[in-house]
Amino acid sequence: MTVNMTKGQAISLEKQGGGSLDQVRMGLGWQAAPRRGLFGSRTREIDLDASAVLFAGKQPVDVVFFRHLVSDDGSVRHTGDNLVGGVGQGGDDEAILVDLQRVPVHIDQIVFTVNSFTGQTFQEVQNAFCRLVDETNGQELARYTLDGGGQYTAQIMAKVHRAGTGWQMTALGNPANGRTFQDLMPAILPHL
Amino acid sequence: MTAELVRGQNHPLPDTPLEIRVSAGHPVVALATLGDADGRVTGAERVAHPGAPALPGIDVPRPATAEHRFAVDPAALPETVHRVSVLLVLPPGTSGPDRFGAVAAPFVSVCDQEGRALAEHTLTGLDRETAVVALELYRRQGAWKVRAVGQGYEGGLAALLADQGVARPAELADTVLEAAARPPASAAGAPRDAARSVSQDGTGGGTISYTHPRRRPSAPAPDPAPAPTVPAPASGEADPASPYPAPVAGDAAGWSMDERLYNQVWGMFEDLARTAAAYRSARDFAESRLDQELDQVLADPRARISGAGDAARAAAKARHDDLVERAREVLDRDLDRLAAEAEVVEPALPVAYARWDNPAWHAYGAPDEPPMAVRLGDLHLPERPELRIPLLVRLPLERGIWVDSGRDRSGAAGALDTAELRRLALDTAVAHTARLLAVHPPGRFAVHVLDPAGSGTAAFAPLVETGVLAAPVARGAAGVTTVLEQLTERVDLLQMALRAGAPDALPPGLDTARQLLIVHDFPHGFDDRAVTRLRYLADEGPSAGVHLLLVADREDAAAYGPVLDPLWRSLLRLTPVPDDHLADPWVGHAWTYEPPVLPPGSAVLRQVLAQVAGARPQNRR
Repeated sequence: MTVNMTKGQAISLEKQGGGSLDQVRMGLGWQAAPRRGLFGSRTREIDLDASAVLFAGKQPVDVVFFRHLVSDDGSVRHTGDNLVGGVGQGGDDEAILVDLQRVPVHIDQIVFTVNSFTGQTFQEVQNAFCRLVDETNGQELARYTLDGGGQYTAQIMAKVHRAGTGWQMTALGNPANGRTFQDLMPAILPHL
Repeated sequence: MTAELVRGQNHPLPDTPLEIRVSAGHPVVALATLGDADGRVTGAERVAHPGAPALPGIDVPRPATAEHRFAVDPAALPETVHRVSVLLVLPPGTSGPDRFGAVAAPFVSVCDQEGRALAEHTLTGLDRETAVVALELYRRQGAWKVRAVGQGYEGGLAALLADQGVARPAELADTVLEAAARPPASAAGAPRDAARSVSQDGTGGGTISYTHPRRRPSAPAPDPAPAPTVPAPASGEADPASPYPAPVAGDAAGWSMDERLYNQVWGMFEDLARTAAAYRSARDFAESRLDQELDQVLADPRARISGAGDAARAAAKARHDDLVERAREVLDRDLDRLAAEAEVVEPALPVAYARWDNPAWHAYGAPDEPPMAVRLGDLHLPERPELRIPLLVRLPLERGIWVDSGRDRSGAAGALDTAELRRLALDTAVAHTARLLAVHPPGRFAVHVLDPAGSGTAAFAPLVETGVLAAPVARGAAGVTTVLEQLTERVDLLQMALRAGAPDALPPGLDTARQLLIVHDFPHGFDDRAVTRLRYLADEGPSAGVHLLLVADREDAAAYGPVLDPLWRSLLRLTPVPDDHLADPWVGHAWTYEPPVLPPGSAVLRQVLAQVAGARPQNRR
């Protein structure tokens, strides 16, 4: 059963039957908004990039993005860059796998962001979403649909953070501007 | 569910009586030895054989047949017994085969009381051996496990027993084989007597149980002493309680066992690198946070006058210690897991990946195909130095190898004198060469040696005397020139042919084997032309099947200046002593490299080389 999240909402990542999740996947999907008129079939590729920043305290320790696909500790893995999006409608175009058991003890938050690398604003993107999936059984735990139509090129989507002995996911949905995650750092910090 | 064990792999066993089943293509004698905690068999009374088939907890069959079934009851074994080795021997003197290589691979399985197979193992890869340790059951933290061994002995049962520490092994071997050869009817009375006489001398053999072995579990009374002292299974059976499945050798993707083990070793390498990175990152974070917090305390004027400063400092220190401790716990958890995996993987490795002390080397036979990779040494991290990751390098070698005999860089090398270091470097190079020769099919790997000054004669002796070299060791400047010219020409020819897309246009006499050139004492005996040729071979050789192994001290070639820098950089630098100069491709930790070590006094290197030489096509004719 999936939870459709709203901005600011938090859900716990404990399993219903007790026990905590081991492996989760943060999936990201999007499609380019259709263009009308002559040459409407010309491809307009929109390259959205998903990144994950690992924080200890409020310091960024490691980042996983298309040029550094695995965090040094091996706990967070990016499945690879997708340059066009919209391959399988409803499927994930980019995914970041998190092995919660292997996250180092000092890492307390992992923030997930999306940037438009090709510079289009989210106005030209449709059906963009991020969802959290229990990787062990493929079950979707939470889905957060990005509001379309903003004049911005990036979003701080969600964060997964420690809560007690387990983990929690909080939907952030904060618009920002930037080409890669580095540009987003000032926008991320208030959410830590 | 039956576990199909590979050599070296283990599997947990229940605490109930077990049945061992043997099936061989030809009559074999089955016997069992009972070892102590060190694996030593203290005497003849610890050997269950056709002449003395029943010992407490075990009953072996008498005559040599192709099928055997016999009972082992781990619970009834004396508590001093920690290991039960199941042995198979080909009876000598009969008209049958005289080596295991000539019969179908024997198959052994361990079954429970209902006859369901728990674990099984097929003894493949045997050749001239006439006796073999098929399986061993061993005690581990109170619980019993089975391990597939498959260790054969060319010297037969006597050599096997000698290896297990039995006094007068030849005598015992004769007794065993004599008893096995006797017809069952006449043997019926004698073995019992023999068993009684050996165990009555009171050397810790225990008393004989006269109960039927398979009914023993219901009445564990005959030997009351061991029962209470054996730890309760609940405390010992850590394996089923653990949340993780037991590690298994070959647990990785791949088309063949070779590839699976290669991938598994690299998987372990990556996991160890990353787990250490997680720990170091947490530790560094804890330290920087502590520094920051201590600075804050210092900067706060109120803290200086009251006791609050001390409390704040103590709190900061406690936070630091807590985090480091938790990080260490996670690290230990991961390292234990990897160590358990290494313990299973290491004995299962084929010769190309195995340490020199691995029994696999004693069962060496020339391969039909080169393996994916070879082991050039071990790697470890300071977090747990005893956890060794094999350094597996892909074949064909993409880069030349440089065994550094210089002492300027590393701490361990600095402690040795120059001559000693040079000798070690040469020995290491010879060990690498022997392994490369052994893992290639006969005749597909040719070795040339350049030893201009002849100073490496002693070290190269194993290669020279066994006759594995393609040509005599080249001496002097003239020798250097000839060999380099020959190999350069070969690279030229092959490259031309490949570029023209006509590899079949090569001269018919050209030997298609890969070539390894060992250069000792570089740049002694080298003129400028020879140095240029060597650099050409380093760059262009690998793609044309010519590889370099340089044993050199960079200082010796200092006169050439920076001209040679690209040469040194293009080679994989290995050291004759442990040295931390290798980085992993993921995180870039400095790993301590350890060169391969031959067991002291071992003749394994020469034995293997002799076999390599014997398997050469020209020698076989």
